[in-house]
Amino acid sequence: MPKRDDIKTIMLIGSGPIIIGQACEFDYSGTQACKALREEGYRVVLINSNPATIMTDPEIADRTYVEPVTPEAVEKIIAKERPDALLPTLGGQTGLNTALRCAEMGILDKYGVEMIGARADVIHRAEDREEFKAAMASVNIPTLQSIQVNSVEQALEAAAEIGYPVIVRPSFTLGGTGGGTAQDEDELRKIAAGGIKASLNSTVLIEESVYGWKEYELEVMRDKNDNVVIICTIENLDHMGLHTGDSITVAPAQTLSDPEFQMLRDAAIDVMRAIGVETGGSNVQFCIDPKTGRMAVIEMNPRVSRSSALASKATGYPIAKIAAKLAVGYTLDELSNDITRDTPASFEPVLDYCVVKIPRFAFEKFPGSDARLGVSMKSVGETMSIGKNMKEALQKAFRGLERGVNGLDLKAEAVVADQPLEGSFAIASPDRLFRIKTELKAGRSIEELYKLTHIDPWFLDIMQQICEIEKKLIDHPKNTPLSHELLTEAKHNGFSDQQIAEILDCEEKQIREQRKEAGIIPTYSLVDTCAGEFPAYTPYYYSSYRSFNESTSSDKKKIMVLGSGPNRIGQGIEFDYCCVHTVMALREEGYETIMVNSNPETVSTDYDTSDKLYFEPLTFEDVMNIFENEQPEGVIVQMGGQTPLNLSTKLAAAGVPVLGTPADSIDRAEDRERCRVLLDKLGLKQPQSATAMNTDEAVAAAMDIGLPVMIRPSYVLGGRAMMIAYEEKDIVPYVEAAFEASPEHPVLIDRFLENAVECDVDVLCDSEDVYIGGVMQHVEAAGVHSGDSACCTPPFSLDDEMIEVIKSNCAKIALELNVKGLLNVQVAVCDGEMFIIEINPRASRTIPYVSKATNIPLAKLAAKVSVGRKLKDFDLPEDTPKTEWYAVKEAVLPFNRFAGVDPVLSPEMKSTGEVMGIDRTFEAAYWKSQIASYQNLPEGGAAFLSAKDADKPWIVEIARTLTDLGFSILATEGTANALAAADITAEKLFKLADQQSPNITDYMRDGKVSLLVNTPSGPTAREDEVRIRGEAILRGLPLITTEWGARATIDGIAHMADKDWDVTSLQEFFESI
Amino acid sequence: MKALIALEDGTTFEGEAFAGSGEVYGELVFNTSMTGYQEILTDPSYKGQIVTLTYPLIGNYGVNDQDVESYEPHAAGLVVGEASRITSNWRCTQSLNDYLVENNMLGVHLVDTRAITLHIRSKGAMKCAISTTDLDPDSLIQKARDSQGLVGRDLASEVSRGERYIWEPEDKTPKQRRIATIDCGLKYNQLRILQRLGCEIEVFGNKANAKDILESKPDGLFISNGPGDPSAVPESVSMIQEIIETGLPTFGICFGHQLIGQALGGKTFKLKFGHRGGNQPVKNLLKGTVEITAQNHGFCVDKDSFDSDIVEITHINLNDLTCEGLRHKKLPVFSVQYHPEAAPGPNDSLYLFDQFIQSVDEHKDS
Repeated sequence: MPKRDDIKTIMLIGSGPIIIGQACEFDYSGTQACKALREEGYRVVLINSNPATIMTDPEIADRTYVEPVTPEAVEKIIAKERPDALLPTLGGQTGLNTALRCAEMGILDKYGVEMIGARADVIHRAEDREEFKAAMASVNIPTLQSIQVNSVEQALEAAAEIGYPVIVRPSFTLGGTGGGTAQDEDELRKIAAGGIKASLNSTVLIEESVYGWKEYELEVMRDKNDNVVIICTIENLDHMGLHTGDSITVAPAQTLSDPEFQMLRDAAIDVMRAIGVETGGSNVQFCIDPKTGRMAVIEMNPRVSRSSALASKATGYPIAKIAAKLAVGYTLDELSNDITRDTPASFEPVLDYCVVKIPRFAFEKFPGSDARLGVSMKSVGETMSIGKNMKEALQKAFRGLERGVNGLDLKAEAVVADQPLEGSFAIASPDRLFRIKTELKAGRSIEELYKLTHIDPWFLDIMQQICEIEKKLIDHPKNTPLSHELLTEAKHNGFSDQQIAEILDCEEKQIREQRKEAGIIPTYSLVDTCAGEFPAYTPYYYSSYRSFNESTSSDKKKIMVLGSGPNRIGQGIEFDYCCVHTVMALREEGYETIMVNSNPETVSTDYDTSDKLYFEPLTFEDVMNIFENEQPEGVIVQMGGQTPLNLSTKLAAAGVPVLGTPADSIDRAEDRERCRVLLDKLGLKQPQSATAMNTDEAVAAAMDIGLPVMIRPSYVLGGRAMMIAYEEKDIVPYVEAAFEASPEHPVLIDRFLENAVECDVDVLCDSEDVYIGGVMQHVEAAGVHSGDSACCTPPFSLDDEMIEVIKSNCAKIALELNVKGLLNVQVAVCDGEMFIIEINPRASRTIPYVSKATNIPLAKLAAKVSVGRKLKDFDLPEDTPKTEWYAVKEAVLPFNRFAGVDPVLSPEMKSTGEVMGIDRTFEAAYWKSQIASYQNLPEGGAAFLSAKDADKPWIVEIARTLTDLGFSILATEGTANALAAADITAEKLFKLADQQSPNITDYMRDGKVSLLVNTPSGPTAREDEVRIRGEAILRGLPLITTEWGARATIDGIAHMADKDWDVTSLQEFFESI
Repeated sequence: MKALIALEDGTTFEGEAFAGSGEVYGELVFNTSMTGYQEILTDPSYKGQIVTLTYPLIGNYGVNDQDVESYEPHAAGLVVGEASRITSNWRCTQSLNDYLVENNMLGVHLVDTRAITLHIRSKGAMKCAISTTDLDPDSLIQKARDSQGLVGRDLASEVSRGERYIWEPEDKTPKQRRIATIDCGLKYNQLRILQRLGCEIEVFGNKANAKDILESKPDGLFISNGPGDPSAVPESVSMIQEIIETGLPTFGICFGHQLIGQALGGKTFKLKFGHRGGNQPVKNLLKGTVEITAQNHGFCVDKDSFDSDIVEITHINLNDLTCEGLRHKKLPVFSVQYHPEAAPGPNDSLYLFDQFIQSVDEHKDS
């Protein structure tokens, strides 16, 4: 049967900002879905607040609304666009929840919008614990028993019913703290009491313990004719009890025999039918008792997910695209398998390789938080690798993780050298495999380690085999060449040249040369969905050391683009966006494009994006191998963030033509001393600065410059360990922290420009002409990392004269540096003077945002410039367009995952994602950006104000505005007194330290607070401040911790008071230019 | 121990023996199932064939006493990417390595199995020799060329037990139906399923005569899978023809399907490299739905070779549109090319057994 012709317009809900648990995989799936639906002739209306996505490029949908992903915004869009159908299953949990709420609020009925893919009752059945259990019982699939309780007595009753051991899971706690496993009544009394106390609604879940069971996940597709196929089976290397998102996972399942696998397959299909997902993809998670084979279903998601993105990349089967087509009425047998072309989509992919996914964590960004892994997801990104055997795939994945290890190497062991056994792997730590390796080498048996870790012996033996090969290399006599046999064995099993060199105490180069001389060079195989049974047409490759190379270099002119690897804080989807645009632009210019990346979540690793895709780690060795296999004309390193940029020197030295801005210019910008000379030459100012090699030097330098000073380590990312010292006593501890973050490198000390206005400027230059992409004025004053501060383009308060000064100075820098591509400059304006803070000769995090705010595709143009096009070839405006609208970018922070961390903005970047608010005024745009970033700005109610003395003058101003708006004011004594002095009435609350009621936490609990303005009392926050702020985050209350953030927010609230807001698509904005 | 794999077209591949040693010959085929190596090894249909598994990591879950599909392993040899040196599964009783050694089989690993697969895909399944004793390529290639192929070869008679016996029931509950089964190289799971559905099973050898079978007064006839060239056993075809004409409900799988096809006037031919795996999409033309099926066949029934007044094609393979199932338009006779009993593979097509039972019961009642 053909597709449905009774629907014309389909609305899609995106997943909003990148947060932990919901990353760029939904850009990948959403983009695929948009393309698939438009290919079928449907009109697609999209809502997504995330400007860094490919999905929100104005070409991807017919109408693109970069608006807050809330039911209110969805209703406004529906009223305007009148879609026939809503597809809720491609925007992650956010998309699903928003759609469900729209259905519950009657919005869909009101406008006659049909939910396709999954209906509201289906979503409800999958999401509601009780309904889900009942549905499972109806098809005889076991679930885990659990009972929700509010007291220790109830907990004991529940446990008696379920049977010990039980898991106690407090609901509503930050980062899942406060739970545990109870073996008996005594333990349960203790743990349940603690859990109930930790839970903000005094509720804990008593659950049957399956700790140590094995975990599996099946990706399922179903069409309207009830045809069901399993796309992929994922086995967790880690046991139950560790969130799947934080687990190392592999595909396909490794330790199940066929009847056991078929049992899961049959159950997954039954689950799909029982829940009633009519069309599309779902994932079903199971656990299995490794001792008996007993199975239970854990949960199912009636939508595409992080796992389905992984499954798509692991198998080559485009789940999201097919899901979109099934939603409009196709059946699986009517759709073809893109990869084989001649065979249908109604089949089950088979792999002839294995796949490993390893999550990437960012605990160093959240000191004081619990770095143990558990039931709440904490990883910020992931890498995937493909190999012919598990050792190869595992080692490749560790390389791809970009955390400074070249596989399971000696450096990895050093990471855990002084970690206590208990601290690293009996309880799960991100470094557990490193620790297991050292234990295996110390002679611990697999049986013993299995008991300790619950990692399947089969995986432990993989580790053991790696150790054995490493031992052969260690035992190899130094300074004699490796035998052909041993080198081949090492390469077959994923040892990198660098890893071998480290063991043999020689240079990577030597191993590389010896290897090439011996003819041990990688071959590339296709990911083809069918294990070679049919010819495949999609150019998606991975390396191994085998006999047959399937990737031959074409005779076309071609360019290689290096991606940005796993997402991390400071390097995320924005760079993938730039890489994807680069590929598009180069294809337009007639080049064959070769993409290299290791991040399975991304659009760049969709086999549709580039002409050839290599799914490989971004290391010198892996990149160089591809370069030698392909012989492209050049390599683009300036789009993927720091990852490729860090490789550029080494690649250039190896004779690789690095396109774009010359290497020497990059050095002139990045080297502190050379940068100073450059700025002096141009007559530009930078804040006075100094470097110090020890603490004494640092103190002297700081006093010489004058406080406050910014103290930071060199060679670090995202403002790691960067701090502002206001007082002399702070200098020493901060300097020590900086040395610790980057040992043996100088500490940098800059004059800190207090209350300066910061701006990011993105510049496009072809070394002759310059185009200023945009000047983005930060909302927060200098001192907050640019990645964490809100910003607005065009600037909302700088005068035109200053903007012109900034633009012309940035242009001067670009020309002086001979930039061929993009340049990002950070400037500060202080007392009418402009200072240069930083120069980054590459694509910046703000490129997608500024491109969307101005409708100029900067990344594409930069890519074209890097292959020789000139700005005058493009139809660019003379100057940055003077838009009739303001676009505000706001950062989204993951504080709700990290208990014990003070949720304040600082020079160290902590945000995982961003949103954009766009409207005709700055106030409205800012207000939208706050709503979009899940700050539930109130229209009234009580505002809690608490600030240190220095902040009291502006707190008074804000309190007055709030009072005028009808807010009541809550304050602790000091602030209340200051307000009283200004004739502002405030209700006085006790400090937490007073241990008297009512205090602010009582009020939060009782729902009596609608907004908190709470600035840090000083560089080291007091415990009670952290508690107040932490609790506000947990309760989802809007919390503002800076002066300018507070001003902008209150202005936004004032502006929106008694006013309805409206939604405007990017296309409408751009048509008005 | 080094092992050399030589093909009749002069291609060689290197590997290492992980179990057994010596020299074996057979038709080199590939199977894309990612699980189920024990069932594959013990499937009599692999008689005369050397199996390359495309999934590279094999042996991880060992072998057990339950997942056997016949009285012994039949494949002539096993070629894999990497044999696991340890096993991990709660049902495991033995390692694959030990199992192969115990059954005098040769297992070779550290082979570029994808290269073999792509070669067979483009050149077709071909005669092969594997040796750990003769590592001279020219010599081994010659041995591969000199070995017997499958075309025209009656292998069913080699694997069929040839005798008449009652299949020992797993449970002793009384059975409502009696099914005569022709063993052309049957898989235990076919019998397990029939038994679960209430059938007493009497097994006959593939050379049994129709009279004996009919005299046993069965309620239905089941014809199993098996190895070799289906056109090499005309006596089986005529025996089946004779039984079918009596109106006895008949169901055939794989080789049995090919025999029924011939008995109904159709022809068989050899596929280039066959269908072997657990992910083959089959469309049920009667229902319009797709089932994911387990398959293992190198020969195929030509769907255009029938009189369309007599035979209806009921299932086709969606990958290459070849015949996967047929039925007689008037008589209660149907058959499928694929393996509804799975083992290994998906259980999507179990309904065919129910369909058979239904047809048996209808026949009984009338």
